[in-house]
Amino acid sequence: MAEARSGVQTLEPWNDPDAKPYIRIQNVSKKFGDFVAVNNVSLDIYQNELFCLLGGSGCGKSTLLRMLAGFENLTNGNIFIDGVDMVGIPPYDRPANMMFQSYALFPHMTVEGNIAFGLKQDRVPKTEINKRVKEMLDLVQLGPFAKRRPHQLSGGQRQRVALARALVKQPKVLLLDEPLGALDKKLREETQFELVNIQEGSGVTFIVVTHDQEEAMTLSTRIGVMDKGEIVQVGTPTEIYEYPDSRFVADFIGSVNMFEGRIIEDEADHVRIASDEAGCNLFIDHGLSTTPGAKVWVAVRPEKISLSREKPNGEENCTTGRVDEIAYLGNLSVYRVELESGKQMRVTMPNLVRDAAERITWDERVYATWQPSSGVVLTR
Amino acid sequence: MSRKAYLPLGERITKGAEPLSRVVWGLPPMRWFRIAAHRMGIQGRTGVIALPYLWLLLFFLVPFIFVLKISLAEAAIAMPPYSALIEWAEDTYLTVRVNVANFLFLIEDDLYWKAYLNSAKVALISTILCLLIGYPMAYGMARATSATRNVMLMLVILPFWTSFLLRVYAWIGILKNNGLINNILLSVGIIDEPIVMMQTNFAVYIGIVYSYLPFMILPLYANLERMDMTLLEAAADLGCRPTKAFFTITLPLSIPGIIAGSLLVFIPAVGEFVIPALLGGPDTLMIGRVLWDEFFANRDWPVASAVAIAVLLLLVIPIMFFQRSQMKEAS
Repeated sequence: MAEARSGVQTLEPWNDPDAKPYIRIQNVSKKFGDFVAVNNVSLDIYQNELFCLLGGSGCGKSTLLRMLAGFENLTNGNIFIDGVDMVGIPPYDRPANMMFQSYALFPHMTVEGNIAFGLKQDRVPKTEINKRVKEMLDLVQLGPFAKRRPHQLSGGQRQRVALARALVKQPKVLLLDEPLGALDKKLREETQFELVNIQEGSGVTFIVVTHDQEEAMTLSTRIGVMDKGEIVQVGTPTEIYEYPDSRFVADFIGSVNMFEGRIIEDEADHVRIASDEAGCNLFIDHGLSTTPGAKVWVAVRPEKISLSREKPNGEENCTTGRVDEIAYLGNLSVYRVELESGKQMRVTMPNLVRDAAERITWDERVYATWQPSSGVVLTR
Repeated sequence: MSRKAYLPLGERITKGAEPLSRVVWGLPPMRWFRIAAHRMGIQGRTGVIALPYLWLLLFFLVPFIFVLKISLAEAAIAMPPYSALIEWAEDTYLTVRVNVANFLFLIEDDLYWKAYLNSAKVALISTILCLLIGYPMAYGMARATSATRNVMLMLVILPFWTSFLLRVYAWIGILKNNGLINNILLSVGIIDEPIVMMQTNFAVYIGIVYSYLPFMILPLYANLERMDMTLLEAAADLGCRPTKAFFTITLPLSIPGIIAGSLLVFIPAVGEFVIPALLGGPDTLMIGRVLWDEFFANRDWPVASAVAIAVLLLLVIPIMFFQRSQMKEAS
């Protein structure tokens, strides 16, 4: 999805050295007493982006969002929105609106009243308010519920009211704190696409905080992965998934098999790595600039490995083990293979044949292979 | 882990008490009672609910019927000082003598009307004063850190540890002509002669506001403390300044607390007797005092009872209003 979006517009401002970032986060830190919640984060976000801050709980992503909204003061650094320094500007004067995780709808106001609230603060004329509230109600398909109170709505409807309330002011930036967190799985999946459509339609820059990697992959133009208050990697969903640059990112996004090894050969067009854990030499089809003998990790995604009963040709990227566990998921099966080194390896295989008898089964001896382009060498 | 460990506390207690209760309910009198209750279709649940009703019946409804009975009697020089409602006349007629003169008297004599109205006025003004003083205090408590909050809560409740009467007497010491305030002002030289504060309406207001302030603060605090603070963040985020956010978000959401606190002050303040008697002057006309005078000075129990019934009827409306708002908040 994200690929299609950036592909159609051929718009990748983050790769364009002349593009001017819309939101500029410079060396931002936040300390609560001795605890460093956000540590020296610098990030450029461009107009019309749907940027996801992704990380586990306590990684500082929500704190960073709250600093953008103006609820937390910065210990260090600067935040610019559209060229304006935000330090010292209170939340009610910022061109950013937030959608809260709990939605924070005003319980004593109707749906209409909630959406109109922000416009009333700006003393927008009444006819204009009515018009814009109606537009918003149509956008989030809540027209018939205009006169209801929040407690008379379902979770999904509340979520849409919260979105409408934050969007109606046409902010420069919309900050969304776990926007889909309170919805059940099915509703969440539907709403993800709705959210992307609304973002594209409104032209507002979205910054979404989430702990759900699947959500981040579906929604975003780019993802910023956070860990312990720091941004670990920024990239498009494809970059983050296929080219993680650290063990943390590789492990956090999707599942991965990680083999520890040592470089034995590093040429311009290939690298060869010896790994006791994998039980074979690992061959990568591109060069690195490392010193031979350096300790590295090779990450291989489970879906890039194939299992077979017969020993395939070639010695490299080919290891052997015993099938320890199988999880049948319908469209694919997940195998847990115990290698000779004792390491557990995870492999997913599409269920191409219908007949279960033909499939690899428990305790069988299998060979696992993958392409030279599949492994990712990680140095940290 | 055994399954037993997962039982919630309440269930564990009932489970634990089971052998004991089986023995108790098996004893002959309890067993008869149980069998009788069972035959009448009464379950244990009904029995539990019946207890508070029984309590109210015994200690509220029965005395109320006594008072109602006395209010319909005639004053008499006797022991007790009123005529009997039901009497044997000429040994053959059972007569019921209902005397409504006491109630008519309340309407005819404007003393009672004025006392009622003045009580309502004093109670209303006191309630408003309590609200104006109590709201900022409750708000401050609700927004304080939990450590300061507990200290403040303690300070609000602390006066209850001393007798109410003693605290009202203390105010006499503070307000009287050679009391604390006048002595300080005189010695500093701000005034030349003492300000008369005792035995004025001013002293009555001070007494009532001081005594009933905790009843305003506590429900307000409970309401404000429960408020979701992200609502204020949301308001700020949507461009609302803090003062305006208070009036558009916090205040409307605290209305149930305001109603509860106001009624808890208003209802007892209307019938207040001790404070006007001790701090008020001869011109402080309040219904509680009139009742006292009728009862003890005039020894006219029937009129005093009629006054009491009338006060009750006057208060039924705000009490019902209170009940309704409580139920609304609970739902």
